[in-house]
Amino acid sequence: MTHLKQLESESIYIIREVVAEFQNPAMLYSIGKDSSVLLHLIQKAFYPATPPFPLVHVDTKWKFREMIEFRDRRAKEVGMELIVYSNPKGEEMDISPFKHGSEVHTDIMKTQALKQMLDKYRFDAVFGGARRDEEKSRAKERIYSFRDKYHRWDPKNQRPELWNIYNGRHNEGESIRVFPLSNWTELDIWQYIHLENIPIPSLYFAKKRLVTEYRGTKILVDDDRVPEELAKKAKYEMVRFRTLGCYPLTGAINSTASTVPEIIDELLATRTSERGGRLIDSDKNASMEKKKQEGYF
Amino acid sequence: MKNEMLKFITCGSVDDGKSTLIGRLLFDSKTLLEDQLQKLKEESKDSENLEFALLVDGLQSEREQGITIDVAYRFFSTDERKFIIIDTPGHEQYTRNMVTGASNADVAVLLIDARKGVLPQTKRHSYIVSLLGIRDIVLAINKMDLVEFSEERYLEICKEYRDSVVPQLPNRANFHFVPVSALKGDNIIHKSKNMEWYQGKTLIELLNDLEPFQNSNSEFVFPVQYVNRPHQDFRGFCGTVAGGNIEVGDSIVVLPSKIESKVKSIIYDNREVDSASTQMAITLTLTDEVDISRGDVITKPNHSLHISNSFKADIVWLNENGLRPEEEYIIKIYSKTANCKISVDYGIDIHTFQKVEQGGLELNDIARCTLEIDRDLVLDEYEKNRTLGSFILIDKYTNGTVGAGMVREILEKRRPKRKYTQQDIELNRFIRKFYPEWNCKNIEEDV
Repeated sequence: MTHLKQLESESIYIIREVVAEFQNPAMLYSIGKDSSVLLHLIQKAFYPATPPFPLVHVDTKWKFREMIEFRDRRAKEVGMELIVYSNPKGEEMDISPFKHGSEVHTDIMKTQALKQMLDKYRFDAVFGGARRDEEKSRAKERIYSFRDKYHRWDPKNQRPELWNIYNGRHNEGESIRVFPLSNWTELDIWQYIHLENIPIPSLYFAKKRLVTEYRGTKILVDDDRVPEELAKKAKYEMVRFRTLGCYPLTGAINSTASTVPEIIDELLATRTSERGGRLIDSDKNASMEKKKQEGYF
Repeated sequence: MKNEMLKFITCGSVDDGKSTLIGRLLFDSKTLLEDQLQKLKEESKDSENLEFALLVDGLQSEREQGITIDVAYRFFSTDERKFIIIDTPGHEQYTRNMVTGASNADVAVLLIDARKGVLPQTKRHSYIVSLLGIRDIVLAINKMDLVEFSEERYLEICKEYRDSVVPQLPNRANFHFVPVSALKGDNIIHKSKNMEWYQGKTLIELLNDLEPFQNSNSEFVFPVQYVNRPHQDFRGFCGTVAGGNIEVGDSIVVLPSKIESKVKSIIYDNREVDSASTQMAITLTLTDEVDISRGDVITKPNHSLHISNSFKADIVWLNENGLRPEEEYIIKIYSKTANCKISVDYGIDIHTFQKVEQGGLELNDIARCTLEIDRDLVLDEYEKNRTLGSFILIDKYTNGTVGAGMVREILEKRRPKRKYTQQDIELNRFIRKFYPEWNCKNIEEDV
């Protein structure tokens, strides 16, 4: 068996285990390449049936426009229910990464919104597309990550995971985040997308796009909310994105890779870690650990 | 990409150069990215001699915050394979962490400091990986640069290990010795120019060539994980093949009910296929409408699997709260969950490999125990089939995973507590006679 088929089988096993043992699962759909792979695996796990749970998207209101179109189209194609949630208070206050900064924006529109959404729908298991190779602190992450009833990650209280026997027992109100892609690397993800022909947003492919310098990276001028002084300096460049999130917080890279094989070649040649382009990670040292404890995915 | 995946656990302390070895593997296999490399150069005191351990360590702050670090996973690839390094840092919880890591490993890499030779911890680590059934153990004799790359010293350590450790291990394994210097890169990926006397494989050549773990029992084993029933006309049994092969048209038997049927279709990769083999996540449909649920095991009629409610197992205790022998625990074995009671036969001292008398189980203890389950389980010995022979124990009060075990010996089925009345038996006979399609089990066989 090739390593991709082996990874696929291991992930499907985890997905089925969760759906068999939890009452109310959901997939946190973030629209990026990892979510696209996860969604594909979830479809395979239940084929010929439609996966028996909903997709949930926490919309920060600052995602790339194309992501939202792609999200709605994919949900229709797959036939799963799509739940979209935004923090109503944050929306009312018009929270903006440009005005309020990335930390406040991420906390209110992402972390708080996620917790509100979980309280509202009472999901007891939520699938996410995180991988262990993304960042040093994730290297030790469990496949089943336990959260107490306040959605906090208690690092002292994680269960040992032996063989592929997962302990999903929990009390009312407690939940787990599940990471079926834990053992995949960025390269595995791209090879699998290529092998399986998985649809992904075209933002991953290089194209002439209108970008402007913001906090040391190039961001896309995706709509008219980009501050005027930034929009004025914008120019067209051949760029693509390695990760997708809120457009003001996601740096573009100069690239000519416009197909999946070209992206794989580029990945093998350029060699900087993918989170290099994420403004959110450079906020503070050991920030990921802190965000996780606060309930960030 | 043709390459398979190999998972290996690294054993040894920081002093043995374990972090350096892992860092070296990541560096020499060109897995490190430019920004990571840049950071490494900045943090190393001397930019000529990079401190590879920095890549892996960085766990100090987490330790101070009280975060449990039991197992960390790292990834790299060669042209032949994808590798997953299972690293178990920490000293205090060593047994627990190593058992956790080894449970998912195909191969173990044990580090021995060439200056110190075989230490008590070398024996402990060897014992644990052998207990967990790892069949290929690589002994990397490290820091050869500090013993002048001496062949004599290397051979001395190999002999010491073969004489004093190998005969005492609980299971058979293949041992592979390789002299290395993780710091200088000798025999890790590149052949050492300092040890031309060594004709064998480098560490990476060994890891490229070793076979991933395979069950010794090659019978078809399929624990049902999930019943997929989107509508009346489809009833699929989902699971991952845990041994052997299956083809469309094969006769099967469902355990423990012993209902028989035939395979109608096999779904894999979003389509129907003719056959499936071990490790594949599939969905089976059968020619008959039979009652099968999660936790049942599908196999072939001439199988050698056991059905019992009692067995002996080696249990490793993973929790600060010790075993309470009077309490019932939850056992989770493949997709089956049941209640069990545990009594300790004897403990095993992993420092001396001796049996010790003990009644309870505390954190990090290993003991041979007898388990009694409140229902029948389909079982196989751990050596023969890892899936049917491995389990975890869950505390009913805290829901925590408190123990892990390996089935060593399956005992005669204990008499069920239930006594049937004459009416029960008569009714059972009546139903079996006139409603055979209900597949009602014979309760007279059950007593």
